[in-house]
Amino acid sequence: MKKQIIVILFLIFTSLQFTSVFAQQRFPKPEFESGHTQPPTLKPEARAPILEYLDIVVLLVSLSLVTWLVLKKRSRIGVLLMSIFSIAYFGFFREGCVCSVGSLQNIVLAIFNPGYHIPISVLVFFAVPLLFSLFYGRTFCAAVCPLGAIQDFFLLRPVSMKAWVQSVLGVIPYIYLGLSILYAATSTDFVICRYDPFIGIFRLNATFMMFVLGGAFLLISMFIGRPYCRFLCPYGVLLNLTSRLSKKHLTITPAACIQCRLCEDSCPFGAINKPVPAKVAEDRKTIIRRYSWMIILIPVLMFIGGWTVASFHETLAKVNPKVRLASIIHENPTILDEDTSIDIDAFRSSGKTRAELFTEAADIVSDFYLGGWISGAFLGLVFGLTLTKLTIIRYRIDYTPNKGTCFSCARCVDYCPVVKDKIEIKTLKI
Amino acid sequence: MTKEKSNKKIDRREFLNNTFRFSLVVGIGGLGAVLAKNTLGTEMVWQLDAAKCVQCGRCATDCVLTPSAVKLIHVYDMCGYCDLCGGYFRPEAKDRSTAAENQLCPTSAIERKFIEEPFFEYHINADLCIGCAKCMKGCGSFGNGSMQIQVNHDLCVNCNECSIARVCPSDAYTRVPANDPYLFKGTSGQSMKI
Repeated sequence: MKKQIIVILFLIFTSLQFTSVFAQQRFPKPEFESGHTQPPTLKPEARAPILEYLDIVVLLVSLSLVTWLVLKKRSRIGVLLMSIFSIAYFGFFREGCVCSVGSLQNIVLAIFNPGYHIPISVLVFFAVPLLFSLFYGRTFCAAVCPLGAIQDFFLLRPVSMKAWVQSVLGVIPYIYLGLSILYAATSTDFVICRYDPFIGIFRLNATFMMFVLGGAFLLISMFIGRPYCRFLCPYGVLLNLTSRLSKKHLTITPAACIQCRLCEDSCPFGAINKPVPAKVAEDRKTIIRRYSWMIILIPVLMFIGGWTVASFHETLAKVNPKVRLASIIHENPTILDEDTSIDIDAFRSSGKTRAELFTEAADIVSDFYLGGWISGAFLGLVFGLTLTKLTIIRYRIDYTPNKGTCFSCARCVDYCPVVKDKIEIKTLKI
Repeated sequence: MTKEKSNKKIDRREFLNNTFRFSLVVGIGGLGAVLAKNTLGTEMVWQLDAAKCVQCGRCATDCVLTPSAVKLIHVYDMCGYCDLCGGYFRPEAKDRSTAAENQLCPTSAIERKFIEEPFFEYHINADLCIGCAKCMKGCGSFGNGSMQIQVNHDLCVNCNECSIARVCPSDAYTRVPANDPYLFKGTSGQSMKI
């Protein structure tokens, strides 16, 4: 009996609470005489979190498999099959998201904005390919990254590019990296994701311009191997640097190089270092003079770069919606009294004062000023080091992959006639 | 002599490589551990706070998906089952019929069903809804405000950075834990879970 009373009281109490939420409705909820029951409010469920861990497992397994195929099996066919799998899984099934290239921005945002919770899969997608490349080279680029794989798949008739063109275009990823870090650190925008040319193709759903961009990249990649990876990808910059330290990297020949020159033109990405015949050593004095020039030049370049980017900080900051709104209101103060745009209307109804908005915007702009100096100095350093590198001639005897730019795609392996542990030379099937 | 010298050079290079590699492994691992500390076990999704929404219509146009992953969800508990529904009829509608020229919805995604005198029930056909929030505006202005747009999580691809959030004029989008991501607007204008 007592129990029943408690249950009834509980029911009354909860129903009172429930009605209080909807108490002040303009039109009270009807009580149906026909016994009609109202349908429940639908709240579609999200993708099960377990699938996020599946992504991580697939990444680890496919990365290990590709590394094994490249370094142990030395199999181009295996790499090709794995790249088709990556296009299918990371590309079309996962619709190009989560990807390592974009994860870079989440990391930057998480460092600069402690309130941001970075998903664990994004963290893994950022760190694991870098760790792999520290030991085994860029096997991630070979066949795991769907962006690289789809360009590689379209490569039909590679045209070789001049070395200087490659060096000049090779600076673009550093600029892109600097900008994307600047925008992510100021919580403004994820430019890499926004201008990802292939995500529209993977989703089969994009604006017309993004489809045109993606199509253009695929068209170019029929003749110029992996244009995005080589001349844009900001994550490739990090992989390039870590891969230079790699302990075990793909080699063209399984044993000793016999200087047959068959692999010379095999790389569609210009990533094979050709032998440099030894020359007469330079005069010690000129070397010292050149290096002292470089040591002076690099800080000067860093300063010029920092000053240049920092002087554009207001233009760069305009990408931030808050700054844009503040500058519109600042330029035309009467605009607040007019019905002009959605943003102005929303600002008016938000109840925020103009001064508050201006303070917030000024903070963001000053962040951009500091960030402009840092990223500009970084670019100056990159230019300086690129110049320095061009003046250094390293003498080489054998044909070797360039550890920084080689994607470990294993194309060159098939061109090498040397068979491991044997003196004999295999017959080429070309 | 020369051989010895070249050996020494390789060793130095290798030593430097090993040092750099080791410090980078420690660095990346450390960074990962620090960032993972406040992350583990919380999957995050995008949430649209209907109480902040100003119905500007950008949800329909700025989502990476077409049609948008933002769609209308009808909170039946709040609905007054009005005959003259502010979310269904255009303000200048000639009569209360289901004729297309009377409807506010540009895609006729709202289905009007007679229940009993004088009540009508309104269903949203999610396949047709584009998330323009026109009905939300109408229902909020003239009715109870039971029609509210929300991010439909079965459709949302959970982008790194939501492209609608970037252009949302009222900062209604935030990232929240995935277990209960829907946030509606109560009758007195406050945010409300259902």
